[in-house]
Amino acid sequence: MPPRNARASSSRAKPSVPLTAPPKKVVEQKKPEVNEPPPPHPDYPLWDEMSRRSYRGLGLTDPIKNVEDKWLLLPAFLRVKGLVKQHIDSFNYFVEVDLANILKANNKITSDVDPRFWLKYTEIKVGQPQRTEVDFRNDLLTPHECRLRDTTYSAPIVVTIEYTRGTQIVRKPEVPIGRLPIMLRSRNCTLTGRSEQQLAQMSECPLDPGGYFVVKGTEKVILVQEQLSKNRIIVETDPAKGMVQASVISSTHERKSKSYVLTKKSKIYLRHNSFHDDIPIVIALKALSIQSDKEILLLCAGNSEIYKTNFSINLEEAAKLKVFTRQQALDYIGSRVKITRKGWGAGPAQARRPNWEEAMEALATIVLAHVPVHNMDFRPKAIYVSMMVRRVLMAMEDDKLVDDRDYVGNKRLELAGQLLSLLFEDLFKKYNSDLKSAIDKVLKKPSRTSAFDAFTTMQFQGDHITAGFVRAISTGNWSLKRFKMERAGVTHVLSRLSFISALGMMTRISSQFEKTRKVSGPRALQPSQWGMLCPSDTPEGEACGLVKNLALMTHITTDVEEEPIIRLAYLLGVEDISLATGTEVHSPGTFVVNVNGTIAGLTRTPNRFVANFRKLRRAGKVSEFVSVYINHHHKNVHIASDGGRICRPMIIVENEKPKVTAKHIGFLKRGVVSFDDFLHKGLVEYLDVNEENDSHIALYENLIVPSTTHLEIEPFTILGAVAGLIPYPHHNQSPRNTYQCAMGKQAIGAIAYNQLTRIDTLLYLLVYPQQPMVKSRTIELIGYDKLPAGQNATVAVMSYSGYDIEDALILNKASLDRGYGRCQVMRKNTTLIRKYPNATYDRLADAVVGEDGYALKQYEAIQPDGIAGVGQPLKSGDIYINKQTPMNANDNTFTGSADNVQYKNAPMSYKSPETGYVDKVLLTDTENDNVLVKVLIRQTRRPELGDKFSSRHGQKGVCGLIVNQEDMPFNDQGICPDTIMNPHGFPSRMTVGKMIELLAGKAGVMVGKLQYGTAFGGSKVEDMCKILVENGFSYAGKDSLTSGITGEPLEAYTYFGPIYYQKLKHMVMDKMHARARGPRATLTRQPTEGRSRDGGLRLGEMERDCLIGYGATQLLLERLMISSDAFEVQCCRECGLMGYTGWCTFCKSSKKMSKLTIPYAAKLLFQELLAMNVVPKLVLTDPE
Amino acid sequence: MAASINDPRRHVRYHPERVGDVSSTDYPGHYPGEDHSWNYTKWKKNLVVRVQRLSDASIEFDLVGVDASIANALRRILIAEIPTIAIDPVFVWQNTSVVHDEVFAHRLGLVPLAINPHRLHYKGDDAALDSNTVVFKLHVRCERNFKAAKGETDPEKLYFNSNIYSRDLVWSPQGSQEKTLGSPPKPANPNILLAKLRPGQEVEIEMHAVKGISSLHAKWSPVATASYRLLPHIIIREPIPSEHAEKFKNCFAPGVIEIREEGGEKKVEVVNPRKETMSREVLRHDEFEGKVELTRIRDFFMFKIESTGCYPPADLFSESISVMREKIGVMKAEVEKLKAMAEGGGDEAMT
Repeated sequence: MPPRNARASSSRAKPSVPLTAPPKKVVEQKKPEVNEPPPPHPDYPLWDEMSRRSYRGLGLTDPIKNVEDKWLLLPAFLRVKGLVKQHIDSFNYFVEVDLANILKANNKITSDVDPRFWLKYTEIKVGQPQRTEVDFRNDLLTPHECRLRDTTYSAPIVVTIEYTRGTQIVRKPEVPIGRLPIMLRSRNCTLTGRSEQQLAQMSECPLDPGGYFVVKGTEKVILVQEQLSKNRIIVETDPAKGMVQASVISSTHERKSKSYVLTKKSKIYLRHNSFHDDIPIVIALKALSIQSDKEILLLCAGNSEIYKTNFSINLEEAAKLKVFTRQQALDYIGSRVKITRKGWGAGPAQARRPNWEEAMEALATIVLAHVPVHNMDFRPKAIYVSMMVRRVLMAMEDDKLVDDRDYVGNKRLELAGQLLSLLFEDLFKKYNSDLKSAIDKVLKKPSRTSAFDAFTTMQFQGDHITAGFVRAISTGNWSLKRFKMERAGVTHVLSRLSFISALGMMTRISSQFEKTRKVSGPRALQPSQWGMLCPSDTPEGEACGLVKNLALMTHITTDVEEEPIIRLAYLLGVEDISLATGTEVHSPGTFVVNVNGTIAGLTRTPNRFVANFRKLRRAGKVSEFVSVYINHHHKNVHIASDGGRICRPMIIVENEKPKVTAKHIGFLKRGVVSFDDFLHKGLVEYLDVNEENDSHIALYENLIVPSTTHLEIEPFTILGAVAGLIPYPHHNQSPRNTYQCAMGKQAIGAIAYNQLTRIDTLLYLLVYPQQPMVKSRTIELIGYDKLPAGQNATVAVMSYSGYDIEDALILNKASLDRGYGRCQVMRKNTTLIRKYPNATYDRLADAVVGEDGYALKQYEAIQPDGIAGVGQPLKSGDIYINKQTPMNANDNTFTGSADNVQYKNAPMSYKSPETGYVDKVLLTDTENDNVLVKVLIRQTRRPELGDKFSSRHGQKGVCGLIVNQEDMPFNDQGICPDTIMNPHGFPSRMTVGKMIELLAGKAGVMVGKLQYGTAFGGSKVEDMCKILVENGFSYAGKDSLTSGITGEPLEAYTYFGPIYYQKLKHMVMDKMHARARGPRATLTRQPTEGRSRDGGLRLGEMERDCLIGYGATQLLLERLMISSDAFEVQCCRECGLMGYTGWCTFCKSSKKMSKLTIPYAAKLLFQELLAMNVVPKLVLTDPE
Repeated sequence: MAASINDPRRHVRYHPERVGDVSSTDYPGHYPGEDHSWNYTKWKKNLVVRVQRLSDASIEFDLVGVDASIANALRRILIAEIPTIAIDPVFVWQNTSVVHDEVFAHRLGLVPLAINPHRLHYKGDDAALDSNTVVFKLHVRCERNFKAAKGETDPEKLYFNSNIYSRDLVWSPQGSQEKTLGSPPKPANPNILLAKLRPGQEVEIEMHAVKGISSLHAKWSPVATASYRLLPHIIIREPIPSEHAEKFKNCFAPGVIEIREEGGEKKVEVVNPRKETMSREVLRHDEFEGKVELTRIRDFFMFKIESTGCYPPADLFSESISVMREKIGVMKAEVEKLKAMAEGGGDEAMT
């Protein structure tokens, strides 16, 4: 029964209650039983439920609680955090915190030669980006200059050092050790905190989100990497093998390793890579200093009979193996430890230590390395192992108690900062060891005139760190010696196809999971993704579901120090676990408190503990990104402060009232408070996925019930930035939204305010971009209305001429004449004016002059400097850089003067069949002193047959016909459509959002207002219909059109109005290709492949099959040999081998030679076979 | 005058989900025993052209008594085939503005020019002569205004020539054009924004305006739009109950329906069907089902022509008729040739 009935009946029962009761009433109504409970009806047990005065905690007379415009928190959030906050925060953390930590961990260099020598780093700093050239008036470096000059946007890393010089201790501040590429808009970036005007002076777009690097002139993004969380127990089962395993990836600064506790034949073992065999668990625990069987049993199984029974077999196993004491256990393990001696390590080869010592070392440092062992106190580690055993026992009994690898709470995201810090530590260690060996080399020399100064050695260290960063970021290969990690494809070139594609790239998350495996689990939409990762924005095909995108309000945490948190936990009543026995640990009501996966202690009052902890967090005593939650299944309280957790802000609800009120929003509107004030006041807090799942979050304010803890800020934030462009996405079939997410990135439009000062390899721009008639809040927030990619086309949904089948579109010629869909393509062409080692150099030459005294036709654009003038038209074959290179450039023996060397032409010529114009010419020099010439060539294109267009609803189509305006249908106002779309596009696609977009757009046009199509909200269809009717249109959006061809009214009403259309980058001009004859590949003499090489059109296997089936042998012969690679060979009828000019070299005779025509590729094959000692013979017979 | 507008044969019926009777039926042989052969005197008697509204930019008139094909032919000619003058080749000597040369040229081409097309010939492949080409020049340079108040942000005050408008196009008379062209050529609208400039930017362009028709490029279109709609005709089949009168009225465009009080009863009356926009709102409500019929008069064309400024709006329709007559003339000559051929034994047809 719908709740409405319940309310209706209750209102009948007491009609005198006013609809807006004072809030006091609400409190009363929380106990509905008190207020005249109706007698229970024997026949209808539901009757009782229905006639209650409140339903799910809400009474009919409750005032409608609503904080107007609470969505305004979102722009406030974005103002503070920006769209790519995760990258920038992570980079800032690296520069400000991690760099210092790394320095601290590697801060001392000593010498093997001179024991008195030492060098210490005391401080590290990263400066502002600067030019490397010395003699510049202004050494402030802007990112745009780096883009244009193909240099790296980087800032010096400076350290303060202290070292011994002779007997003195010298302190030197500001010693540069290398340069760090700077993330744009990070705290060290020149652009941070600049006004729009200042940004304009630096040719930078204020809407550009930053978060990427400029390395060697290309913009590089370090994609967010998704990983399984470290230092957490994950329990899994393998139903096929009947195996249960608990695994932990331990990750510390020194080491990464994985430990398992698993069952084999219902016995439990400890497994680690450094052991040859699995270690029976009891032996492992005994080695970890728990000798008593009783204690082991209690710690692992507690007092539960089932667990005890299941565990007892392990005790028997240990007894069978005759392991009773710790010493025996250590010996047992020690004999199974893999010895990994560092072969290249310095010092004499160590003798093998006793087994027990090996075992101690392995257990202390390698197995579960993240659980610290202080002073050889193994008890914490023993308890940790016993907890793992317990989890295995639980999972053995109830297979629901396993963990989900795909649960977002078990994931951590690795960002640019973390990756760079891994890289820096590696580079810095290398730097230090290089420095050390250089210092040793000097110190080894017996006699010196002056005291050795390590600073001078330091200055001759080379740019190892700089080069390491640049190499890693520009190639994307992250190779770390410490972890033997070799990761490729970490960085990507920032796609500047459209503003959205660049933005979409910054929110992208790539998974470590291989794309080829056919498993659905990691690809599926996880319920825990809600609000954190966009449900729509994922690519199709192989990477589907593995590449994800962040939702609009997500934040990724950075590391927060955990010692204060542990201390705080103890202050809040957590007891030391080492003092407890298994009985206590596993007694009901006792909860284990974990901090970042390691056990911190016990608590008997978990709820109070968590509540107090949250109170402190809301009061700002603990970082807002520390999460705390209770896992009731495992009887655990988890406190997480590690980096890489996904979290998002939410409004706190207390006593059924959101803490954010209309008053607060009023402050926000007036601009007196910022988002951070909401955080500090404890009105809003961040929840990570785990804590979110421990909370009760109301989607809307009217859904708040007594148990509610939080309120969503705004439902549309579950979508990401790219999916936020779609109007009314909640009315669309979900794959359509996914398709649009892929296509929005290919749409041509405005890419940035500085688009005309950029020189990109390929740049697509729309001449007249428009902001959409139907926009969304997201569009406004990300600035898509300022940098749009599309135009509002008047669309008639009707069939026209048959050239619109299969999603083809009909375009109005007059619209195209007037600029609809007109776009520009700019292409960069670069050349270096090189200086060669032999002192010769390239040069730019004048145009070649013909006999008539004028420049030759293809040189017409060339100006006296040897480069085409800006604005010059270029036709196919025209030369725009008349470069010449010396003939003897590679001749290093040449010693003559560079003036009188011979030059050969090496001009660059324009290739496209369509005329282009020289848009820009840039002459500059690179970091290594070569002159760089960049020429930007522009084409302006109007849409043509076959160009691709798409609406914002995953409905793409190519232009099928261009129709004159007079042939187009028109409505009573004389409006004719820009585009005609076939109605068959709708039924199967179910893109109702597109229909509503048209309706809202049409209404918007009529009243001169932009309408909203925000997800889960937006302008209501009813209101739109009303506007239409008021303006004399049919409420349904369907107009009566008149045919432009016959002049009679059309017999059907036509859905007619504006829809935002995107022009996609796929244009016929770039793709069309045909050839009659042309180049051939040198090796096989067959026609080349591909459009770029003017290749032939392949008659493939399937086409060949058709011709065989048809029996068209002559056609086959022509296509496959004569038109391709026919070749005449001489063949010996005697030996079957090929000879030449009538002579068989094998038979040494010319008697039996025949001439025959075979494909050259076949001849090549025979020769290649001969080369590997296989003799193919051509057996010839005379025709009968 | 034509047959009554109540003649159901003239009605195009607007049903809730479709339009019925869209085609005319008054052709010979459709109705047995009736003569519908075309007759000039009858046609002429029925033909009505009545101007409803005339302004500087547009004209509205009724054309009654012709078939849709004729009205449509005139509409099509108006859109696509009346010659006008527009800028076609553009010579860019200097352009340091942010607007690219091609885009600037495209924008210039779309500027409607007030030049009488009858005074120029088609250029075709001929050389540019004073008889076929009108030359315009544009030379604008933006400078800083040093007298502007400090802290001024409005570019119009901060700089000179921060905007280029169509009025900046300067006609450069060639040959005897000052005499032959009549009133001096200029853009039809002086306030079309062409580009924006900032200090130091300069544009110098020479433009040639030539005669052409819109089927080549929309810039030669003499009309912003030319279209027609049919006269709405609302038939009230059953009286509308008094209580629904107001609602009924609101189902139509304002001014279409009036309510008259008659002995305490409200009665609805169609007063001005011309204003109806055919929103079909009345067909949506159950109360009015079967009580009202929406129709339009099939041969009553209410034309609206919006001129771009090349021609005065009043001239456009007659221009379209003369173009049509020209086309008919060509057609007629060809048909007569054919006829002569057929009569002459068909020998000529072989050649």
